[in-house]
Amino acid sequence: MKEAAHLFRLAGLFLAGFIFFLVLRNAFVPAGFGKYGHFRPGALDDIRAKPITFAGRTTCEMCHEDQLKVLKTGKHIIVSCEACHGPQSVHADDPGKTKPVLPDTSKLCAQCHEANSAKPKKFPQVVTKDHSGGEPCKSCHTPHSPKLS
Amino acid sequence: MELNRRDMVRDTAKLLFLTPAAAWFLDKLNGSEAPPPEPKYEMAQHYWGMTIDVEKCIGCGNCVRGCAKENNVPAHFFRTWVEHYEIDGFPEERPEVTSPDGGFDGFPQSKHEGWKSFFIPKLCNHCEHSPCVQVCPVGATFETPDGLVLVDKTYCLGCRYCVQACPYGCRYIDPEKEVVDKCTLCYHRISQGLTTACCEVCPTHCRTLVDLKNPKDPVHEFLRTNSVQVLKPHMATGSKVYYRALDQSVR
Amino acid sequence: MYPNEVELQWSILIVLYPFITGLVAGAFILASLERVFRVEEVKPTYRLALLTALAFMLVAPLPLQLHLGHPERSLEMFLTPHRSSAMAMFGFVYLWYLMIVLVIEIWLDFRKDIVLLSQSSTGLLRLVYKAMTLGSDNISPRSLAIDDRTGYIITVIGIPSAFMLHGYVGFIFGSVKANPWWSTPLMPIVFLFSAMVSGIALVMLMYIFSMKMKKQTLDMRCVDTIARYLFYTFTIDFSLEMLDLIHRIYEADESFKSLDFMVHTKLFVSQIVVQIILGTCIPLALLASAQVFKIPAATRKFMYITSGVLTLIGIFAMRWNVVIGGQLFSKSFLGYTTYKMEFATREGLLTAIVLTVLPFIILWVLIKLLPPWSDNHQPSALGGQHG
Repeated sequence: MKEAAHLFRLAGLFLAGFIFFLVLRNAFVPAGFGKYGHFRPGALDDIRAKPITFAGRTTCEMCHEDQLKVLKTGKHIIVSCEACHGPQSVHADDPGKTKPVLPDTSKLCAQCHEANSAKPKKFPQVVTKDHSGGEPCKSCHTPHSPKLS
Repeated sequence: MELNRRDMVRDTAKLLFLTPAAAWFLDKLNGSEAPPPEPKYEMAQHYWGMTIDVEKCIGCGNCVRGCAKENNVPAHFFRTWVEHYEIDGFPEERPEVTSPDGGFDGFPQSKHEGWKSFFIPKLCNHCEHSPCVQVCPVGATFETPDGLVLVDKTYCLGCRYCVQACPYGCRYIDPEKEVVDKCTLCYHRISQGLTTACCEVCPTHCRTLVDLKNPKDPVHEFLRTNSVQVLKPHMATGSKVYYRALDQSVR
Repeated sequence: MYPNEVELQWSILIVLYPFITGLVAGAFILASLERVFRVEEVKPTYRLALLTALAFMLVAPLPLQLHLGHPERSLEMFLTPHRSSAMAMFGFVYLWYLMIVLVIEIWLDFRKDIVLLSQSSTGLLRLVYKAMTLGSDNISPRSLAIDDRTGYIITVIGIPSAFMLHGYVGFIFGSVKANPWWSTPLMPIVFLFSAMVSGIALVMLMYIFSMKMKKQTLDMRCVDTIARYLFYTFTIDFSLEMLDLIHRIYEADESFKSLDFMVHTKLFVSQIVVQIILGTCIPLALLASAQVFKIPAATRKFMYITSGVLTLIGIFAMRWNVVIGGQLFSKSFLGYTTYKMEFATREGLLTAIVLTVLPFIILWVLIKLLPPWSDNHQPSALGGQHG
C-alpha cells in the first residue's frame, strides 16, 4: 500500500477540491432557489415591481366622464384612451402636475386609417392625400366621435 | 307643536347617530371611501395566455410602440412585432414578408394590389413546454406557476443558447445589459389587474390577454367557437398565444 | 427574417470552441490507440498527443468566457446547473475529462520524470516540480507498475469520456429543434468523427514538425500508421456527412429549399470549396493513394503534411458551416442575413487568431516542463515507458 501512497494523496487532493466546491455552492447559490422551479424566486418580485407606464383605460374613465360620454356615441369607444394619447400613468398619479400634450391629428389618424390592402376590408380607411387634400383630420372629424353626421 | 326637551334630545341623538351612518352608507354607494388593501396576487389562481384575431389587425404598430414605452425596449429590438404577409395565391410557395423595424412606424403601402395580404402580430408565446427554458444552463429563464416564461436578468450569463432554441425568434440580447430579454406579458401590470401594454393600446381589440384558469374568461368560448391555431404547431412547444384566422403560410 | 434574428448570436468564437475541443478528443484517442489497443507504431507520439490534448483543453473555455455577456457569472453553471440543459451538463463532462482523464493520466505517465526533475532542478522550477509530485518521491518499480495499471484503467475510462466530450458538443447543436440545420441525431456522431480526424491530423503534423525541430529522422512507420488511422477515420466521417446530405436532399422537408439556397450562395466558398473539395476530397485522395500506391518516403511525407493541413482547415470550415451557417437563414425559411465579423473586438477575428495560437504557446511551455521524449531514441531515465 505504501507503493500507492501517491495515489491516495491525489485522491485526497480531489476530495479537498470537491469539498471546496460544496462550500462555494452553499455560499453563492441565491436564497430560495428552486422554491417554484429551477430559478431564483426573487426574480418574480423584481419583475412585478417594474414601474407602470400606461395607466389603463379604467383609470382614465374615473375622471374623464365627459369624454367617455362622447366616445360612447361613436366607433372609437373600443379604442383605449392611451392608444392615441400615449402613456399617462404620470398624469394619472398626479393629474394637476402634468398636463398631457394632445396628439397631432395630422399624423396620428393616418397611423390607423391610411388605406392599405393588407388591412381588413371592412375597416374604415382612406388615402389621406386624396381624402382631405392636406387638411388635418380634425377640421371635419371630432376624434372622440369621428363619424360625420 | 312645541318641541319639548325630551324630543330635542331624542331628535339630536337620532341625528348624531344616523348622520355618520348615512354618510358611511352614501360613501360606500359612491365609492369614495379609503381604498381597500390590494388583494395579494396569487400565482396559483392564474394561467395567462393571449388571443390574436388576425382579421382585426390593421398594422398600426401601436402594440410595438406601446410595448417599447412600457418596457423600455431598446431601439431595433423587439418584444413584440408585426409582420406583413403578401401571397399571390397558388402556388403559395413563397410569401413576401416584410417587417420594417418590426412595424414600429407602421407599414408602407402593400406592394402588390390584388394579392392576399394581412398583418401578423407576434410575441413570445409563453410556451408550456418551452424549448428556451429547457436549454438554459443556469435557470435564468424559467416557467412560472402562472404560465409565463420570464428572464432573471441578474442571473443570466448571456450565453444565448435560449435565443438559438426559441423557434419563434422572440428573444434578443439587451445591448446594454448583455443579458437576454423578451416579452414578460407585462407581468408587472397583469399581476395588478391591468392588461398588457400591447392589448391596452391595440385599437381594434385584435390582441386580448386571457386567463385560462378563470372559468369566466371569454377565452373558453373563443376557443370553442373559433378556428384557432398556434405558430409552428409541429414543434409541440405548448404555445399559449392562439391566433384566429391564421393563414397556413404564416411561419 | 424575424426582426430579432438579423444579428447573429454565436460568433467565430463559438466556431473555434468545438474546433478546439475536437482537437482534444482526437489527440486523446490517438494516444489511447497505443495505450489500450497496443498499436506499437504510434508509441513515439503518445506523450506528445497527451500534452497537445492538455494544451488545447486549457484554452477551450476561453472562447466561451469571452463570448458570454457576463463571464463573472459562469460559476452558476456549476452551482445551479439546469439538468435539462446540454450546456450545463457539458460543464461537468468537461471538468471530468480535464481532471480525471487528462490531468491524472498525464501525471501518472510523467510521474517518474517529475520526481527526477524535482530532484535535479533548481530555483523556482524545483518548487514547481516538487508541488507536482504531491510530496511523494516514490519511483520504485512497484509504484511505477501501479501507475501503469492505473493509467491503463484511466485510459479505458478516457475513451468513452472523450467520445462524450465531443459528442456532447454535437448534442448541444443537434438537440435544438428550432434550427433544422442543426437538429439531427447524426450531429453528435458527425462532430465526434470530425473531431477525431482533426485531432489525429494535428498530432501527425506536430510530430513531423517536432522531429524537424529536433533535427531527428522521422519514424516513417509511425507516421504511416497515423496516416492510415487518419484515412480510416476520415472515410467514416465523410460517409456520415454524405449520409446527412443525401438524407436531406431526398426527404426535402420544409427547410430544404431555404438551406439548399443558402449552401449554394452564402456558404458556397466555405462549404463546397473549402470544406468538401479542399478539406475532404483532396486529403482523402492523397491519403488513399499513399495506401494504395508505392510512394517514396519523402513524397509520402509531403503528402501527409499537405493532407494534414488541408484536413485541419476543412474541419474548421465544417465547424464554421455548422455554427455560422445555422444562423444565416431565418427560422421562417423566408430570408437570410449576413455575419459581420469584426476584427479587434472581444468576439472578433483577432481574438480568434490569438486563441488559436495560444494553445501552441502553452504546448511549448508544457513540452519544456514535461519533455515527451528522451534526447535520443533510446529509452532513458527521462524517457518513461511510453516514448
